[in-house]
Amino acid sequence: MEGSIAIAETVRLCKPQVIPAYPITPQTHIVEGLASIIADGRLDAEYICVESEFSALSACIGASAAGSRVYSATTSQGLALMTEVVFNAAGMRLPIVMGIANRAISAPLSIWNDQQDSIMMRDSGWIQLYAEDNQEAIDMHILAYKVCEDYNILLPAFVCFDGFILSHVYEPVDLPTQELVDSFLGPFNPYQKLDPKDPISFGMYATPEYYMEFRYEHDQAVHRAAEAIKKYGKEFGEVFGRDYSELVVGYKLEDAETAIVAMGSICGTVKDAIDEMRAEGKKVGLLNLRCFRPFPSTDVAKALAHVNTISVLDKNVSLGAKGAVAIEIKEACYGSNIPVYDYILGLGGRDVRKRDIKKIVELAEKGEGDMFYGLREEVL
Amino acid sequence: MALGIGCTARPGNSRNNKTGSWRVFYPVMDTEKCTKCGTCQLICPEGCINQNPDKTYSIDLDFCKGCGMCAEECPDKAKAIHMVKEEK
Repeated sequence: MEGSIAIAETVRLCKPQVIPAYPITPQTHIVEGLASIIADGRLDAEYICVESEFSALSACIGASAAGSRVYSATTSQGLALMTEVVFNAAGMRLPIVMGIANRAISAPLSIWNDQQDSIMMRDSGWIQLYAEDNQEAIDMHILAYKVCEDYNILLPAFVCFDGFILSHVYEPVDLPTQELVDSFLGPFNPYQKLDPKDPISFGMYATPEYYMEFRYEHDQAVHRAAEAIKKYGKEFGEVFGRDYSELVVGYKLEDAETAIVAMGSICGTVKDAIDEMRAEGKKVGLLNLRCFRPFPSTDVAKALAHVNTISVLDKNVSLGAKGAVAIEIKEACYGSNIPVYDYILGLGGRDVRKRDIKKIVELAEKGEGDMFYGLREEVL
Repeated sequence: MALGIGCTARPGNSRNNKTGSWRVFYPVMDTEKCTKCGTCQLICPEGCINQNPDKTYSIDLDFCKGCGMCAEECPDKAKAIHMVKEEK
């Protein structure tokens, strides 16, 4: 099944009541799929064809505040256009789940994959989960609703999956049954909602006496989400047989001397490269970062405490600084004296192959890092 | 006041939000000098000057932001309002 269709079918199982969406490559098949599902009578939901992404997320806010479970999906420029509303949805603490088919940001125009778009929303107060494959992408949608709707959390979440590499790829997935999803998720029971008989306003004005306290409480909720993801991730495993109780997942990491840290679909390539390097006697392991916000600093530090070198693969760059993931990993490992090397790679759809991963491990062993990897020097 | 999650508020909540805390200067009304012309009430952009039953005016310092327009516009023959620096 195509990744996007698997996601659309999974969203159907989560029974959102309102889906405001605007198509944009490479997210289009998801919202197209959902439109078909609703038109065919397979999901009882309101599909709102909006005129822009700004409107899509604005309609999500309205519908969620009115007490509906809502879904939308976007990518790249669409997410950029939503920016103001992204921060509003988070500040209003609405449990909206949105799929992000990760894509590069203009200019120059690129429809291809990297993770700059969701990284751009790093500080927005949304939960950010990153899927390695389509099975994770669909599982994380179900898990995200469970976490977001917890009264102790009440946050929106991005479920991020690499555009084209996952969204357009056909691979086998285990699509759960409606009964299982119903038993795990249950109907949406809003903490508070817009009601003419008992009126409230969301996202009110906060004077300097209150604004900081609202931000503090929001920050605390994002931090609390780490434990909630682990708790419901474990519960998810008990119901569906696939465990999500860890925010970071190691692969051959226990005895590794060199660690690679990565997020998203690239982890599959890294695992294959590690298998080949292990066969040659190189002790390399992977730390797959499933959750970028909240950032699991303690888990990262614990998982990497024994390695000699850390290589971070960043499919994004904070221009003028480093890759966003490397900055966080350095912070998590502060005081450990383990060198952390950053490799910016795969931007705008540049392929990353097993041989690239091996080359990066060689570079890290020589102490060469903090670079754009794989630049075509001849065109510079 | 416990914060509402998502900065939610019930109707009428703006009355609880004492915006007078923004003030640097506060107006002082001399009811002896006041000619009861009502200019201050008309000019106040925050609507926080109210007429008393005896036709004099009082200033609601819970919401007055201290802009000083009442003191500036009080007619020359009265000059019944002057601004005083807040001591915080």
